[in-house]
Amino acid sequence: MTAAFLKDRADRLLHFLWSGWAGVAALALLAAAWQAGHERWGGFILPDPLETLRTAWALALSPDAQAVLWLTGGRALSGFALASAAGVLIGIAAGYAPAVMRLARPLLTVILGVPPIAWIVLAMMWFGTNGTTVAVVILISATPVVFVSAAEAIATRDRGLDDMAEVFGHGLFARFWHVDLRQAAAPLFPALALALGTAFKVAVMAEMLANAGGIGGALARARAMLDVPEALAWVLLAVVALLVVEYGLIRPFQGEVERWRRAAQPWGVKR
Amino acid sequence: MTVALDLRRVGHAYFGQSVLKGIDLSIAPGEVVALVGPSGSGKSTVAQIAAGLTDAREGRVARNYARHAMVFQEPRLLPWATARQNIRFALRRSGLPRREWAARVARAAALAEFDAADLGKYPVELSGGMRQRVAIARALVVEPDFVFFDEPFTALDVALKRRMQDLVIAASREARFAALFITHDVTEAIRIAHRIAVLDLRGRGIAGTRTLPGEPGTREENFCFILRQRYLAEDPLFRHIHDVDERRRP
Repeated sequence: MTAAFLKDRADRLLHFLWSGWAGVAALALLAAAWQAGHERWGGFILPDPLETLRTAWALALSPDAQAVLWLTGGRALSGFALASAAGVLIGIAAGYAPAVMRLARPLLTVILGVPPIAWIVLAMMWFGTNGTTVAVVILISATPVVFVSAAEAIATRDRGLDDMAEVFGHGLFARFWHVDLRQAAAPLFPALALALGTAFKVAVMAEMLANAGGIGGALARARAMLDVPEALAWVLLAVVALLVVEYGLIRPFQGEVERWRRAAQPWGVKR
Repeated sequence: MTVALDLRRVGHAYFGQSVLKGIDLSIAPGEVVALVGPSGSGKSTVAQIAAGLTDAREGRVARNYARHAMVFQEPRLLPWATARQNIRFALRRSGLPRREWAARVARAAALAEFDAADLGKYPVELSGGMRQRVAIARALVVEPDFVFFDEPFTALDVALKRRMQDLVIAASREARFAALFITHDVTEAIRIAHRIAVLDLRGRGIAGTRTLPGEPGTREENFCFILRQRYLAEDPLFRHIHDVDERRRP
């Protein structure tokens, strides 16, 4: 059993790594377009990709820059965790209770209608220019997408499975845990990935506007110094940090929960 | 006489419209009763009420058995669980020690003639017939005293349907469970049941019952065919089985 378990995981990991070739090809195309832009407009407007990579690598090795990355990463992750927890909890409640859904929908429309930058300004006035501002803005910006997805997932679940579980003696909580939550996972994971991306983007933006340090603060400094390579290097590092969290945390969890979907794919498409 | 399931004056309504009224039906331990009726007459609602999935608006349901199971029209398998895990799902609340689950699952799969080599596959990798076998194995794994079958073979082709009927007949003889078998197929009812109950055209009670000669599984094919023809052509109880357009019902 353990050998089969390990073989299955190793199999999926190798397939995933092999599928990385497509990603590498897409990145190579981006680098080519970037290089062409550099040659057209010059190094001051658009530094060449290799120079940016070198700057990013140097930054990644520097302890000061690492502290900056950890600060932004920590803020984004804590905001993401808060937004996910709030979105999932309220979304599940709304999925089960149509009254909660009816109450929440107009509020969501209002919240989604307010641009994140307005929330940053308000949060700066309420909480000052610190990490709390960043966390609050992430919470407000990323919660709706998780909420909508969780609520829809629960509301549109296959109730036939609920009946089946009830026949075999599963109570309310057991049905929620073993049946409904598993059904909700499918639409929830893309929403969580989107919320994570939002968390990183909003964290950098909030840091920049609130002068709260982190990658946003470093970008503001690079802009003041007109240091385009360093600005691009920070952007690159922010993207890498997002990818590390997404592919190191969310995707493996999703792969584990939804490993049955691989069985549904025809041979040859699994990569 | 001991009764495994007893429905007394059961009635139900959806959105204020009465769909069932005055349903009286008793099923003895080990007895298989086929409930037939026209499409839309409320057969599945009777099964849902009897199984406790829907609360009756009126009347009384007495379940004098220890454990029941149900096989639905669709297999209703958990798509994220393998066939083995799906069968095991029914054991979670059975009180059976975990160390006995594997043997019980293997036995139920064998009873449902589901190949043990396929137990590790997900539902999406199985054919319609194999999925229904898993659903039957899931019902049998808890060793029920009573099984509800809600038109379980409607979606299967003729040959597979007969195989599945034989499987249910064999399982009911071996496991000695009582059953309420919902179907609109009179031949299926004759093959599987000890007794046929016919639901009234508009769900106003059980129109009548017919006790079938012999035991399920011992009736010749020719006998089943002739009896079906006789029921449909001569027996007024079965007059409305096939002649209703449910969309015209009030």
